[in-house]
Amino acid sequence: MKRIIGLATLAVAIGCGTAQAQYSDGVIKIGVMNDMSGTYADLTGPGSVVAAQMAVEDFGAAAKGLKVEIVGADHQNKPDIGSNVVRSWIDTDKVDVIVDVPTSSVALAVNEIVREKNKVFLISGAAASNLTGDKCSPNTVHWTYDTWALANGTGNAIVKTGGKNWFFLTADYAFGHALERDTAAVVEKNGGKVMGKVRHPFPATDFSSFLLQAQASKAQIIGLANAGADTTNAIKQAAEFGIVKGGQSLAALLIFISDVKALGLPTAQGLVFTEAWYWDLNDANRDFAKRFAPRNKGIHPSMIHAGVYSAVTHYLKAVTELKSDADGKAVVAKMKATPTDDKLFGKGTIRADGRKIHPMYLFEVKKPEESKGPWDLYKLRATIPANEAFRPIGEGKCPLVSG
Amino acid sequence: MFEIFGIPSQALFGQLLIGLINGSFYALLSLGLAVIFGMLNIINFSHGAQYMLGAFAAYFLLQVAGLNYWVALVVAPIAVGFTGVVIERLFLQWLYKLDHLYGLLLTFGLALIIEGVFRNYFGSSGLPYRVPDALQGGQNLGFMFLPNYRAWVIVFSVVVCFATWFLIERTRLGANLRAATENPTLVRAFGINVPRMITLTYGFGVGLAALAGVMAAPIYNVSPQMGSDLIIIVFAVVVIGGMGSIMGAILTGFGLGVIEGLTKVFFPEASNTVIFVIMAIVLLIRPSGLFGRGT
Repeated sequence: MKRIIGLATLAVAIGCGTAQAQYSDGVIKIGVMNDMSGTYADLTGPGSVVAAQMAVEDFGAAAKGLKVEIVGADHQNKPDIGSNVVRSWIDTDKVDVIVDVPTSSVALAVNEIVREKNKVFLISGAAASNLTGDKCSPNTVHWTYDTWALANGTGNAIVKTGGKNWFFLTADYAFGHALERDTAAVVEKNGGKVMGKVRHPFPATDFSSFLLQAQASKAQIIGLANAGADTTNAIKQAAEFGIVKGGQSLAALLIFISDVKALGLPTAQGLVFTEAWYWDLNDANRDFAKRFAPRNKGIHPSMIHAGVYSAVTHYLKAVTELKSDADGKAVVAKMKATPTDDKLFGKGTIRADGRKIHPMYLFEVKKPEESKGPWDLYKLRATIPANEAFRPIGEGKCPLVSG
Repeated sequence: MFEIFGIPSQALFGQLLIGLINGSFYALLSLGLAVIFGMLNIINFSHGAQYMLGAFAAYFLLQVAGLNYWVALVVAPIAVGFTGVVIERLFLQWLYKLDHLYGLLLTFGLALIIEGVFRNYFGSSGLPYRVPDALQGGQNLGFMFLPNYRAWVIVFSVVVCFATWFLIERTRLGANLRAATENPTLVRAFGINVPRMITLTYGFGVGLAALAGVMAAPIYNVSPQMGSDLIIIVFAVVVIGGMGSIMGAILTGFGLGVIEGLTKVFFPEASNTVIFVIMAIVLLIRPSGLFGRGT
C-alpha cells in the first residue's frame, strides 16, 4: 500500500523568472519523509513539515528571490515504502533534498539511494550512529542526535552514579541494535557489566513478558533501547509490575517530549535522559515553540522538529551561496565548510563524516508539583559540551575520514 | 527449583500466566469477531478501531464527565455498541446478500477513517489512563509479581467469554439468533423481528470490542493506532479457531496467548510471527480452522 500524502505542497515564494535559472528546474524542492501516522508521528510527523516551512519563511526565501517547495510523505516505518517514495521523489518529482526520516532502518536505505542519485540527505529523526560511521556518505548530514550521543549522555550519567549492572530491552531493528551496542560500550568502558538482553519485535504493545525476564536477571538498570510508544508502554508496564519498587531502575535511552507528555508526570517523574534541544531552554527556543505549537495542533516541538528547522536553514544558506542545488555532494561540502549558526542550535560545525556538532543536554523529568504548565516537563541536569557530546571522528570507521 | 529447556521453572510459570493475560484480550476480541461473522457473515475489519473507541470512551468519561473505570466498563461498551447499531442500519444491512469482500472493504475503510480522525485530534503518542484505585498494587505469587489489575483482566474476560458462549449456544434467544442466520424467512414466519435481532447482534459484537478497549486502557496507552496493532493478530486467531465458531475463538484466543508468551522466552524475535506460522500450518491441515464446521 503505497500512500504518498501530498501533505503540504507549499509554494513558499514566487520569485522572478531570471534569478532562479541556476537551480535545477528553477525550484528548490524539499521532501520531508517520516512516520506520519504511526508510533513516531507526534515526535516527527506533520510537525517536521511545519518546522521545514518555518525555516523557509524565516530564511526569507521569497525576499531573496528563491522559489522553495515542500512536500511530505509517510514511510510507515518500512524501508521498502521509504525507498519507493524517495526514488519517485527524485526521479519524477525532482526533489533536491530529503529531510528528517526517523526509523534507522528506513534512513539507512534512503542514505544509499541519495548517495547513488547525488542528492542531499539531512537526517533529524533517525538515530543509528552508523549513519556517520561505517555507512557515512558524502551526501548526508546527521543533524540532531545519534545513538552514540544518547549512550554517552545517559549511559555515563547512570554508570557514574552506581548503576553498574545492565539488562537491555531492545527494539529488534537497526536503531535498537545500534543504541544497545553504543550503550553497552559505554557501560563496559566505565567498569559496568551487561547481564543480558532481550530483543522485542517493533512495534510491540505488551512488554510484560520481556520485563519479567529483565526482572529475573537481577540487573540494577534496565536499559530501554527503543523509542516512541514502545518506550512509554514499557515504562508504564514496568511500574505496573513493581519493577521500580523492587529496586531496579529504568534507563530510557531515547525519550521525547511527546512521550513524557503521554506518560504523564506521575509515571515519568525522575527519568533521566539525553536530548539535543528543549523548548524551554532559552528565549529563542521559547519563541520558536510559541510560533510552532499553534501550527501543529498545539503539540510543542520535539528536538527532531527543531533539528529539521536548523538543518533546512543551513541547507538554504549553502544553496544560496553556491547559487545551485544540482550537485548534492557539492552542496554538502559547502555545508561542511560553512560554520552553522541559527536561532535554535546556535553556533556549530559539521564534521567530515557528516556529523553535526553541538552540545547535548542531560534532562530530568519534573515532579508533578514542579510543573507549571502542560508542556513544562524537563529540568536541566547537565550540559554535555559539543566536543564531548559526539563520537570522536576517528572511532566511527567512516571511509570519508582519511587516516 | 527445576529447569525446563534451560529456563528456570519459576520464570516459565510467570510467562505462562502472562500469556494467559494477553490471551484474554485475544479471546475477547476474537469472540466479538466470531459473533459478528457467525451471525451476520460480515468480516468486521473495523473491530480494532472499535476496540480503540472503547478505550477513548473510557478516557473521555474520566476526563470530561469524571466517571471512573467501573462506570466506563458499563457505559463505554453500550455507547460504542450504539455506534455499531448506527453503522449496521446505515451501511452493513445492504451488504448481507453480497460477497464477503464488500463488507470487508466497507469496514476496513471505516477503520481507516475512524483512526485517521482520532489521530488528527489526539496525536499518535497516546493519552494516560490510570489503573483504578481498587486494583492498584499486586500479589507476590512466589514465582512472579502479579499486578492485581492483570488478575482482574483474566477473571473478568473468562466470565464475559463464557457468558457470551452460554447466551448464544444455550439460551432461547441464542437459538432464535442461530436459526435466523440459517433461515431468516422461516424465523420471520414465527413472528420474530430478524433485522432488529441482527442489528442488535452487531451492536453486541462491537460492544465486546469496546469492552476489551476499556480493559486495555490502563495497561497500554490510549492511542489511535492501538487497535490496528492488534487486529491482524486477532484475525489470525479467528482463522485458526475457525471462522464463526464461538468456543473456537475463546479457546484459541487463550491458547495462542500462551504460545506467544512462551515464544517470548525461547525466541523473542519471532514472537510476532509465531501466530502466523501456526495459522499457515492450521490452514494447510484443517482449512476450516481447528473448531470450524467444515465446508
